[in-house]
Amino acid sequence: MQRKSMALPHAAERRNYSLLRRYAKHKYYFLMLLPVLAYFIIFHYVPIYGVLMAFQDYRIFKGISGSEFVGLKHFRELFDGIYFLPVLKNTLIINAYKILFGFPAPIILALLINEIMRPRFKKWVQTISYLPHFLSWIVLSGIIIEVLSPSRGIVNMILMELGFQPVYFLADTSWFRSVLVSTEVWKGVGFSAIIYLAAIAGISPDLYEAAEVDGISRLKKVWYITLPSIAPVIVIMIILNSGSIINDDFDQIFNLLNTNVQSVGDVISTYTYTEGIAKMNYSYAAAVGLFKNVIALIMVLTANTIARRFSDQAIF
Amino acid sequence: MKIKNRSWGDRLYVGFAYTVLILLCASILVPMLQVVTISMSPVEVINSYGFHLFPTKFDFSGYEQVFRKSIIWTAYANTIFRTVLGTALTVVLTFMGAYPLSKKTLPHRPFWTALIVFTMFFSGGLIPSYMLIKSLGLMNTMWSLVLPGAVSVFLLLIVRNFISALPESLEESAKIDGAGELYILWKIIMPLSMPILATVSLYSAVGHWNAWFDSMLYIQDEHKQVLQLILRRIVIDGTLDPAAGGGADLIDKPVNGESMKMATLVVSIVPIICVYPFLQKYFVKGTMLGSVKG
Repeated sequence: MQRKSMALPHAAERRNYSLLRRYAKHKYYFLMLLPVLAYFIIFHYVPIYGVLMAFQDYRIFKGISGSEFVGLKHFRELFDGIYFLPVLKNTLIINAYKILFGFPAPIILALLINEIMRPRFKKWVQTISYLPHFLSWIVLSGIIIEVLSPSRGIVNMILMELGFQPVYFLADTSWFRSVLVSTEVWKGVGFSAIIYLAAIAGISPDLYEAAEVDGISRLKKVWYITLPSIAPVIVIMIILNSGSIINDDFDQIFNLLNTNVQSVGDVISTYTYTEGIAKMNYSYAAAVGLFKNVIALIMVLTANTIARRFSDQAIF
Repeated sequence: MKIKNRSWGDRLYVGFAYTVLILLCASILVPMLQVVTISMSPVEVINSYGFHLFPTKFDFSGYEQVFRKSIIWTAYANTIFRTVLGTALTVVLTFMGAYPLSKKTLPHRPFWTALIVFTMFFSGGLIPSYMLIKSLGLMNTMWSLVLPGAVSVFLLLIVRNFISALPESLEESAKIDGAGELYILWKIIMPLSMPILATVSLYSAVGHWNAWFDSMLYIQDEHKQVLQLILRRIVIDGTLDPAAGGGADLIDKPVNGESMKMATLVVSIVPIICVYPFLQKYFVKGTMLGSVKG
């Protein structure tokens, strides 16, 4: 903001002075902001400082300052040991499928809802499809366990009526990941569609009217008008969700996981919990968590950089 | 319909849309129906072969058991308490953060904003946060449930954007009339921000109602646990874990265990089902405001 003509010998001094004055002028705003900044420093920045324990042999009574530094010991253990790599593999596989099916699903749902001309039906579909989003994974797991029950769940009842054998979906290693992926999509698809519905609602009706004059089919309208128009929103959603290749859904997996499917369903967050809280390997678990968070940060920054290069839709 | 001569392809596409949407709704409603039916059925019906979508015989002993279990009601009270306290704290702190950051004249505004936004993309993780609560002495207190998640960056940005979008002329004309900063905040900004604060409080309330992991981590005292965790013990721990190698349903529960589990589920979701259709629009509004670039 500083103009060239201001660059006199005492410009820096004057700038400091005016900055101080600006702070003084805004003192009540800072007074208001202070508790919030304190909150972020205590509950977010102190734990970030706390990740130092991943490089230590952390002892609870010695704290961060007193525990012994061991460098990358825990990270070496992570990659040399036999336990972490299968967990990482599970995480990546489950998340890749969740993204593959879960990312396009709300876009498709929004496009389909948009084709409905009856407002009441539309309203009902939206109200019902948002519902699972508002229920906890504990409630949903209870429902899922009941519905997938081999002896009385509706899914197996249908299978048996069709002449198939009942399937132990939640105890079968070949089915468990499919259950995780489909229930995740099922829970979130309705609510995630809102953002795309809003974007579709913002498209100028002129475009569609022009298309109608030309007698273009609905599917072509979707392909040539709707999708290109909501592309910026799709790009933003890709950036915001790019961390989800490594960030797993602890609430879901922890509540559905059981000993039968531990080998295919144990993911980074559940592993961190077992190692850190249940077995109290604090430093090792902190290293697992740090590894995950760094990857997630890199993913978001990379997606953002790519988006900025190829379009103007970057978020920062 | 406006256009009469719709093509064959268009009809097929619209038919497809209706089919998919009806199937999606059925996939949500049918499981609920089964849960409700099991919750009010006697054991012999539950264990019989067949679809259990509509109750054939009624037996409310499951609900009786739920109503007799005092731990469920203590947990219910704890959940209500944390929801009210946590939501109040969130609304107040979110507003206190959002209002100053909405001021374009605030010195070093980008820095203060970045300081907060950074925590959205990087965090210490589970173990350091757990250690923090431990060393702050918050274990086994209500504070461990309401403080760590008190401000969500996402909601703070939504509120900040909302306040930034309020017409500046309102504030300026108040200043000309001699109104002080506090008066402007209290009498102009606050009332105008009510719709967005309603959205924030609803998001926060649902979050608190459904939260359980923090309670599992930080609360040891049985009587301070929240409803979701008690629900987890009854419905999930009691079902899956003992079933090593076998189906979840092979274990014989003494009294109508299955219907009691489902009754607990029903009791815990009834409040949400009752209020949610009326509050839906606020949530939708929140999501759409969130899409506005920060």
